[in-house]
Amino acid sequence: MKNSENKGGNEAIASLPPSTESAIELKNITKRFGHVIANSDVNLKVSTGTIHGIVGENGAGKSTLMNILFGLYKPDSGMIFLNGQAVDVNSPEKSIALGIGMVHQHFMLVPTFTVLENAMLGNEGSMLLRSGEEVVLDRLKDLSNNYGLDVDFEAIISDTPVGMQQRVEILKALNRGAKILILDEPTGVLTPQETIGLFDILRSLREQGVTIILITHKLKEIMSITDTVSVMRGGKVVADFSTEKTSPEELAENMVGRKVLLSIKKPTLKVGKPVLEVKNVSHESKDGVLVLKNISFDLKEGEILGIAGVAGNGQSELLDILSGIETLQRGQITVNDKTILPFQDWNSKKAREFGVAHVPEDRHKRGLVLPFHNYENSILGYHRNEDYSSGFLMDKRKILNFVDDLVENFDVRPRSSSISSGKLSGGNQQKLVLAREIESNPNILLVGQPTRGVDIGAIERIYEDLMKLKSKGTAILLVSVELDEIMSLSDRIVVMNQGTIVGETNSSNATELDLGKMMSGLEQV
Amino acid sequence: MSDSNIIPKWLSVGVIPLMNLFLAFCVSGLFIFFIGENPFRAIFVMIKGAFYYPGAIGYTLYYTTNFIFTGLAVALAFHARLFNIGGEGQAYVGGLGVGLVCLIFDQHVVGFLVTILAILGSVIFGAIWGIIPGYLQAKRGSHIVITTIMFNFIAAALMVYLLVNVIIEPGQMSPETRDFASGVGLVQIHILAKYLGLEMAMSPLNLSFIVALIVSVGFWFLVWRTKFGYEVRSLGHSETAAIYAGIKVSSTIIIVMAISGGLAGLVAINELLGVHNKLLLGFTAGYGFTGIAVALMGRNHPVGIFLASLLFGALYQGGTELDFEFSSITREMVLLIQGLIILFSGALAYMLNPLMERIYIKYYGNYNNA
Repeated sequence: MKNSENKGGNEAIASLPPSTESAIELKNITKRFGHVIANSDVNLKVSTGTIHGIVGENGAGKSTLMNILFGLYKPDSGMIFLNGQAVDVNSPEKSIALGIGMVHQHFMLVPTFTVLENAMLGNEGSMLLRSGEEVVLDRLKDLSNNYGLDVDFEAIISDTPVGMQQRVEILKALNRGAKILILDEPTGVLTPQETIGLFDILRSLREQGVTIILITHKLKEIMSITDTVSVMRGGKVVADFSTEKTSPEELAENMVGRKVLLSIKKPTLKVGKPVLEVKNVSHESKDGVLVLKNISFDLKEGEILGIAGVAGNGQSELLDILSGIETLQRGQITVNDKTILPFQDWNSKKAREFGVAHVPEDRHKRGLVLPFHNYENSILGYHRNEDYSSGFLMDKRKILNFVDDLVENFDVRPRSSSISSGKLSGGNQQKLVLAREIESNPNILLVGQPTRGVDIGAIERIYEDLMKLKSKGTAILLVSVELDEIMSLSDRIVVMNQGTIVGETNSSNATELDLGKMMSGLEQV
Repeated sequence: MSDSNIIPKWLSVGVIPLMNLFLAFCVSGLFIFFIGENPFRAIFVMIKGAFYYPGAIGYTLYYTTNFIFTGLAVALAFHARLFNIGGEGQAYVGGLGVGLVCLIFDQHVVGFLVTILAILGSVIFGAIWGIIPGYLQAKRGSHIVITTIMFNFIAAALMVYLLVNVIIEPGQMSPETRDFASGVGLVQIHILAKYLGLEMAMSPLNLSFIVALIVSVGFWFLVWRTKFGYEVRSLGHSETAAIYAGIKVSSTIIIVMAISGGLAGLVAINELLGVHNKLLLGFTAGYGFTGIAVALMGRNHPVGIFLASLLFGALYQGGTELDFEFSSITREMVLLIQGLIILFSGALAYMLNPLMERIYIKYYGNYNNA
């Protein structure tokens, strides 16, 4: 079954054992936002007690579809059936009453409340809080035992690890009687171990008859846990598969609409002399927390050093210090034989002068000024450069020439110099930022989360560009929470946990399991 | 400001603002109707008062000049996402700059030179009154809205003190300085016209208007064509991106506030060098505050600000006429109309967009400017 359109897709589902009735059926759902069609004639059928995956690139319409199912958006046309009954889901309250629970990508928890208080939020049990708490606590304890959802009810949410926060979200949904659970990119913030734990929970939920919809862009997860999977592209469901009958390659092809190369050809290259040396760098955040403790490493010409770790373990602060955004507080950094000491004049402008380019983790907040036109963003940080200006004036003609070449050479679509960058897709925004930084001819490139929220087609291109840069001898520091990315791109990997480097390994003999253990701080190598 | 890409630009920046204005006038008309006057006659009187009578256009443009200066001042700060409420105080202190220069030099130096120095004085004194809140915001984190408001009060108190106790013309009661020497000042346009052999009705319109137009062009150039303008706009849209780009946030804030204050200070050249020929109490008359509305309506662009200034200038002038003609309509009624215009054109600027989008899609299909 190749690239079957809607009709063929439903046949595939229908060919599953006939005994399973469908918990959810969406028929001909269409949703427009102005002139953008987010969902076009979508049909989806999920059998009771199964795990159904929905994959698709950013903007393929996955989230819109789920928001329709959860009652946040009203579809322009189409019908929703739950257990064979046509229903009108016009608000989240209604959807919860119908037994649909949603775990959002960004958790909806009150950080200062305890786990119990959060789990009972919206379903407090009785008028008085105290007696309600007892009722809810009993019910929650049952639920948590039944499904292996291990939580500490007394803990304050902000003190608990993200894995537990996610379990609280699931508990919250179950406490409200959810029989259908929608999870939006649930593994983005988890370590490999936590992911395994989550999947165990999902399996035991499935056994108890809960129907689960899993939205993700990680094909490996789809393959490992789902029963059936739908691929969305351009607002449509372009294919439905039974998971065991498909492969990641086939899914990727359907997502992008063409064949994609998922593997990377690493150029073999001898690494040169060290260009970036970091010695005993420690850093205290504004609220006095020690976020970096005695970080030391070096980075050599033509080398890609990957920094692995769960988000929020000091990687962002490290990038900020190296790129001059934050002041260096303790330790020392040597960039191209120039040494920077604590509280010396070190800023982004100077970093660029020293040959350090930076693709920031957050392209919306840092890498781009979203309302700016492409041509304005193409020189952000390099606008003082005499190539684009004469005296205090900007030379618009030169900038336009530059950006025309840039979007052409780096395949930024649409190829427009005057569109505002905020209107580009995530992948094209990232290509623009990367293009700008590469064009500055750096000899050190700092890259944070290069493929976060980027579609597969663009990821392929971004990896290619990074490899090209490496073969020119540029030293690249790669920070990413995607372990696959770190492992396939880097020559060497260091792992960070709670502000320290807990391990270092060569990428050739690194395994995901070892790295995962280090990331969670269980093992010091 | 959200950039609609559903309807074409001529609708969103051309037709919709006019409709907002129309709505504001409709509601104003209702009020006039309720107090027992004929709203159509009132509108007629206003338009006649602003444009028709001899000298009316001169008066309108004279008010316009003030609004251009204060509107640009607010707009520049807003490009750096700073809300400069202090235009009033900056204009007032700018007046002190003009006054001091003239009082000190006008007996010794040729009038033309004194005028140039006085213009510089207005800019520099206004700038100083902007720099202090700018510095406090940049280095100390004191919110610019609060500090600029406080600086309006400080300016008012300072000027009263100086005008009553220090630079008052000796031997008279009203808190004013002596007249500047006769060669000092910006020539009024009707006098200039007479030299050129043209007959023009008398009005306070003076060369400041030309200065305002030149400054408007300079403003556009500064914001959209210079590195500094680029940095200001980066900072305004995204402080994090500005820091990433190596832009020095605090010094940019201080410089922006200096220029903003300087622009507001220029109100003094229109009022003092162009009209009153002396420094007097309360000459700013709320122009600084109205500048906020002007910048809002003009969407921080010099062309928009010019048009908004013209509208407010016409309202001021036409409103005065309204006051004369109708016994039941007072100056407060004009303020009410102004308020409604600000409400509909500023606060409710996007109210009609969804409606227009629906209508447009219904009759013309989807418009895509991407």
